[in-house]
Amino acid sequence: MARPHIDKQATSGIVREFGARAEMLVQILQTIVMRHGWIPEDTIRQLAGELNLSRADVHGVVNYYHDFRTEAPGKHIVKICQAEACQAMGSRELTDHARASLGADMHETSDEVTLEPVYCLGNCACAPAVMVDGKTHGRVTRERLDELVATIKEAR
Amino acid sequence: MDATRIYVPRETSAVSVGADEVALEIAREAKRTGTPVELIRNGSWGATWLEPLVEVEVDGARIAYGNVAAADVAGLFSAGLVSGGEHERRLGPIMEIEYLIKQDRWTFWRCGLTNPLSLEDFREHHGFKALEKAFADGAEAVIDAVTASGLRGRGGAGFPTGIKWRTVADTDADQKYIACNADEGDSGTFSDRMLMEGDPLGLIESMAIAGFAVGASKGYIYLRSEYPLTLSILSRALDIAREGGWLGNNIQGSGFDFDIELHLGGGSYVCGEETAMLESLEGKKGIVRYKPPLPAHEGLFGKPTVVNNVVTLASVGNIVNLGGERYAGMGVNRSKGTLAFQLAGNIKRGGLVEKSFGVTLRELIEDWGGGTASGRPVKAVQVGGPLGAYLTAGQLDITLDYEAFVEIGAMIGHGGIVVFDDTADMAQQARFAMEFCAIESCGKCTPCRIGSTRGVEVIDRIIAGENRDQNYDLLVELCDTMEAASLCAMGGMTPYPVRSVLKHFAEDFASSGDDR
Repeated sequence: MARPHIDKQATSGIVREFGARAEMLVQILQTIVMRHGWIPEDTIRQLAGELNLSRADVHGVVNYYHDFRTEAPGKHIVKICQAEACQAMGSRELTDHARASLGADMHETSDEVTLEPVYCLGNCACAPAVMVDGKTHGRVTRERLDELVATIKEAR
Repeated sequence: MDATRIYVPRETSAVSVGADEVALEIAREAKRTGTPVELIRNGSWGATWLEPLVEVEVDGARIAYGNVAAADVAGLFSAGLVSGGEHERRLGPIMEIEYLIKQDRWTFWRCGLTNPLSLEDFREHHGFKALEKAFADGAEAVIDAVTASGLRGRGGAGFPTGIKWRTVADTDADQKYIACNADEGDSGTFSDRMLMEGDPLGLIESMAIAGFAVGASKGYIYLRSEYPLTLSILSRALDIAREGGWLGNNIQGSGFDFDIELHLGGGSYVCGEETAMLESLEGKKGIVRYKPPLPAHEGLFGKPTVVNNVVTLASVGNIVNLGGERYAGMGVNRSKGTLAFQLAGNIKRGGLVEKSFGVTLRELIEDWGGGTASGRPVKAVQVGGPLGAYLTAGQLDITLDYEAFVEIGAMIGHGGIVVFDDTADMAQQARFAMEFCAIESCGKCTPCRIGSTRGVEVIDRIIAGENRDQNYDLLVELCDTMEAASLCAMGGMTPYPVRSVLKHFAEDFASSGDDR
């Protein structure tokens, strides 16, 4: 299967939004990920050219940050907080449940849903916390997680 | 008939448990019943356990209704919500809720009270008065007030803010910066987020004051990407401040230029370390720098930079307004003023409690927090995020004071308090401390990069019962090395939680993984 690419013009547009300044690389990559979900290899090449950086520089930054995926995720992303406040409220058990019900391990995709860890959503007084397609949910039980997943699957 | 004001927070935690749906339902029900309602999306008061917390303004008083669900709204309208009618969700006037009135709200006083995206509301609540006072009194007076206040960095390190500002002010340079650290990555902490969502203009004002005091014309806010709602609120607030002439060139005719650029992180915990954050702001990998040079001398792009946490900066507004001495009059010993404690994890009444230093951990967990959410006994309390020690139920009488915590090998950090009940497997928590360090280490120094991975392995062997005594000694030695030889707090303090488990919960290594 051909790997999906990001339109070159779209990437150039984002570079221009940030004034084609090399010091905005993290912002440019974050914007690409927010709009397209991931950073393909040829986008790295293009960014290096347009920002007058080496490919190694851009590669280094892409690989350093957890947000900058180099594999295309599914249509939907479910992140479950793995940090202490959520652990104290059963996030390990919630994660086991999600693995089983989604049929995907961490960083894996099944039926267009990608499961990812996150270390704190700042919702620690409403633990355990989960982020589904960019929206944070609190006091999430197994049943609530199942509902949230069912809702995104129905919506497509 | 005037429209009745109804407040529903637009704040991450409230929204995470249904505040948007409640707001939508209130708008629908108001329309359906022909009730004139003005819906205001305020910040959160911090009584997170009561969210979604809806307030109705009746004769100037705000009547609170707690844990409101969208399904409750029709019933609330029938019960006379707009006149503060009786209902099982009714809590009474917000200003009579004990959780809130027993606090010392210095920094968070506008949070919950005002509409965070209304310049008019902000101005009515002393907004930009401190900046105007700073312009009138001069830069020296501002730095003197901050120094006199005894304010220390609320991000975790506790460095005196006045000294930092003085250093930047005294360093000659063509360009200086204010870098606001909003990369609040510690589990159990959310005070930066609540401030930015509940009083973003207050933060902007304080950053401008900092810029004026040290001679910086540009500020940066480095916001973690895990806070999308904060991003939306803060971006709007920056626009509002610019449109109102409170950011930009020649602010309010003062001759002072100051603007703020908002940057997002990339999901890296170590970017909360000040020098890693500066690298990230420069568009690079978030790798920790050697110190010296201090950021105050050579910071962002090599220029003198004030790096302060959100809450530190936001505390300055009232320090300028009310005087540093007044702030210093609160607190104990060298821990002056207030800290926004955050009650999290397995706790019945989780939320934000801004209180003077000197309060005990027990008061926070029991009087405010009401004990565990599960109703089971407290087993351990982690204070100060993933690099903070686990305290036992027997240590809860400690007072919240930076130095008192250091004495027992713990730290207050950013004020996060995470409670665990007696079902917690502390050996797994020690393992997680090392695992988290292995995931998040920037990789620059060996003790952190390699030590954390070896730490996970050694703990696994201890749990499995392999040469337990030798591996136990090895783990202690590894902790010594990481603590002494790491470049920053990531590797240097990961041993804190591990050591505390070894000291207080060693029996859990033998039973870890057993069915509890």
